[in-house]
Amino acid sequence: MRTKLLGVAALVVTLAAAGCAAPEAAPQAAPASDAAQATPQGPVKLTYWTWAPNMDKIVAVWNQEHPDIQVTVSKQAGGDDAAAKFLTAAKAGNPPDLVQAEYQHLPSFIAADAVADLKAAAGAAQPEFSEGVWGQVTLGTAAVYAIPQDSGPMMLFYRKDLFEKYGIAVPKTWQEYAEAARKVRKQDPDVFLGTFSSKDPGAFTGLAQQAGARWWAIEGEAWRVNVADEPTTRVADFWGGLVKEGVIDGMPYFTPEWNKALNDGKLLTWPSAIWAPGALSSNAPKAKGKWAAAPLPQWRAGENHSGFWGGSSVAVAASSKHQAAAARFAVWLNTDPKAVELLVKEAAIYPASAKGQQALTEAPDYFSTQPDFWQQAATVAAGARGFTFGPNVGVTYNAFKDSFDKAVQARSSFSDAVRAMQETTVADMRKSGFQIAP
Amino acid sequence: MNRRVKAAPYLFLTPAIVLFTLFLAVPIGYTVYLSMRRVKVSGLGLGKGARQEIFVGLDNLAAAVTDGELWAGWLRVLGYGALVLVVMLGLALLFALLLDSAHVRLARFSRIAIFLPYAVPGVAATLLWGFLYLPSLSPFGLGFLSASAVTFSMANIAVWGGVGFNMLVLYTTLRAIPRELYEAARIDGATETQIALRVKIPILVPAIILTTVFSVIATIQVFTEPTTLRPLTNAISSTWSPLMKVYRDAFVTGDLYSAAATSIVIAAVSLVLSFGFLRVVRGHAFGEES
Repeated sequence: MRTKLLGVAALVVTLAAAGCAAPEAAPQAAPASDAAQATPQGPVKLTYWTWAPNMDKIVAVWNQEHPDIQVTVSKQAGGDDAAAKFLTAAKAGNPPDLVQAEYQHLPSFIAADAVADLKAAAGAAQPEFSEGVWGQVTLGTAAVYAIPQDSGPMMLFYRKDLFEKYGIAVPKTWQEYAEAARKVRKQDPDVFLGTFSSKDPGAFTGLAQQAGARWWAIEGEAWRVNVADEPTTRVADFWGGLVKEGVIDGMPYFTPEWNKALNDGKLLTWPSAIWAPGALSSNAPKAKGKWAAAPLPQWRAGENHSGFWGGSSVAVAASSKHQAAAARFAVWLNTDPKAVELLVKEAAIYPASAKGQQALTEAPDYFSTQPDFWQQAATVAAGARGFTFGPNVGVTYNAFKDSFDKAVQARSSFSDAVRAMQETTVADMRKSGFQIAP
Repeated sequence: MNRRVKAAPYLFLTPAIVLFTLFLAVPIGYTVYLSMRRVKVSGLGLGKGARQEIFVGLDNLAAAVTDGELWAGWLRVLGYGALVLVVMLGLALLFALLLDSAHVRLARFSRIAIFLPYAVPGVAATLLWGFLYLPSLSPFGLGFLSASAVTFSMANIAVWGGVGFNMLVLYTTLRAIPRELYEAARIDGATETQIALRVKIPILVPAIILTTVFSVIATIQVFTEPTTLRPLTNAISSTWSPLMKVYRDAFVTGDLYSAAATSIVIAAVSLVLSFGFLRVVRGHAFGEES
């Protein structure tokens, strides 16, 4: 059966190559792939793995306008599992044509040769995105490995009503945040200002980025790996000190216990990303209208820095037979004004495209009491800085969970945990043979 | 005719051989093959041709055998397993004897009540207990998921789920014992306790051995409970049990080759433990004279 299908596919490709003029320059990896769509053999069929809610509704709009390229959405579970699943499928030879790829996982996909270079078909989309976001999908190389979809600049979310109750001002610096944490504990020993989650490497990465960390960088033909750099160690020791002092809790995010603490007003802040309104409305529905957003506390007063937690792009599988068609869809989805509007409305994402960000006006329902939510967000986003992710983020993130689990449990040194991340990351890269800058 | 008779046994064996080859021999062979390979990256590892699979012989296996984290995992599982085996089988034996005793009331209800947890899938059972363990949700208070208590909390889930099944195996064996034996013992003046200790348990030995072997294998493969509890606590690492390390290597850090090598080590340890145990108790298990 499989042989037969392959035969048919080969025939289609041959016919197409013979029968029509050369299409727009297709990437070398897939000669004649684009041509198939112009034949009377029926529409090109693409599969798309994503976990964005309501994506099927958005894709339906595309399918109606493009009878020659039909996209089918396959809903995935998000997070690190999704990346592992795609890598496994690519290795097994049957990945989807399009896949939602978080920025931190994209380099692993590239290193596994699982995603295609879309420069020819999608390079023109570059002006739609800010330089920082575009760097996440090129890794600073000449290739374009994905089209940015959403972005997750970090902000401080806090319980406005309880801040008033405990007489706390919104902290402008991390020092003020630490003071507030102590103050809250003194007034009510059942309440914490915040918690440090050893299960969410993404959140820690964003906080390190805010402080100016650069965990990976490409230097010529070698990787520079610097997970335990000064900014990261500073962030780790800051939180480690507060956990050790007992003024910040060590409960992980996204557990039933955490939900309960949010609902009951036992946790007053959550340094999170711009997608937090969605998470809060499903995890803490009782506290609707009581939360507000502010810029992250700064390391030096008067600065305006932030980092990224999450955010993703749309990549095309290297083994897809219809790379050019898939790239066309990915560009449409993330830059076409109508599509971006749908992404915001239906999928509740913060779009990566600059025009999309400007079009946001009405505050999320959960934050209806804060009408300037998106203006705040735009200011924060402008000051957010990321870094190039390395080819083995899975290893680094797993090392984060293991070493910070222990550090939170034992209330031991967080900077030691950061050093363990660095050692594990470098050891894994050396084992695979990556060139590492001395 | 003669030829046909000779072919017949093979014909009957074919389905078994085909299934065995497809679903056991080939996957095992592939695992061994994978365990001898590794990805070799050059330079930045980006772009075409930067990545190739190479043959490394027994390197991965040697790395797996000498991995301290794997043996630490075995130690953790050993502690957990000893706890589960003793408590679970002890309770199973106790319940089976109680249900079989002459004075039992509500036997049918108790039997079903004890067996019922076995019907709850492992993930569901673990989540259920996990919620009970979480400090702020638990009606019992604190600390079930702390580093010092987490092994006991996990063993509790396994015991809760496993007692019923083992009890049923033992109970069924007890029901098959001819009643005349008890009558003879009573005529000799034995009490119920003496009958249980001197008549029933010796007859139960083969069944106890069987349930022990099953439980040993299940313990070595412990995965569901720690994996499901892990997001709720920071006392369980990603390599808490050997199988969790295989999962992490294969699907989190993307190193199928190390995962394959570790799987082989786990299979070897399981074989040694279960066959070793059977060998030690062979005389009792199969009524053979040694």
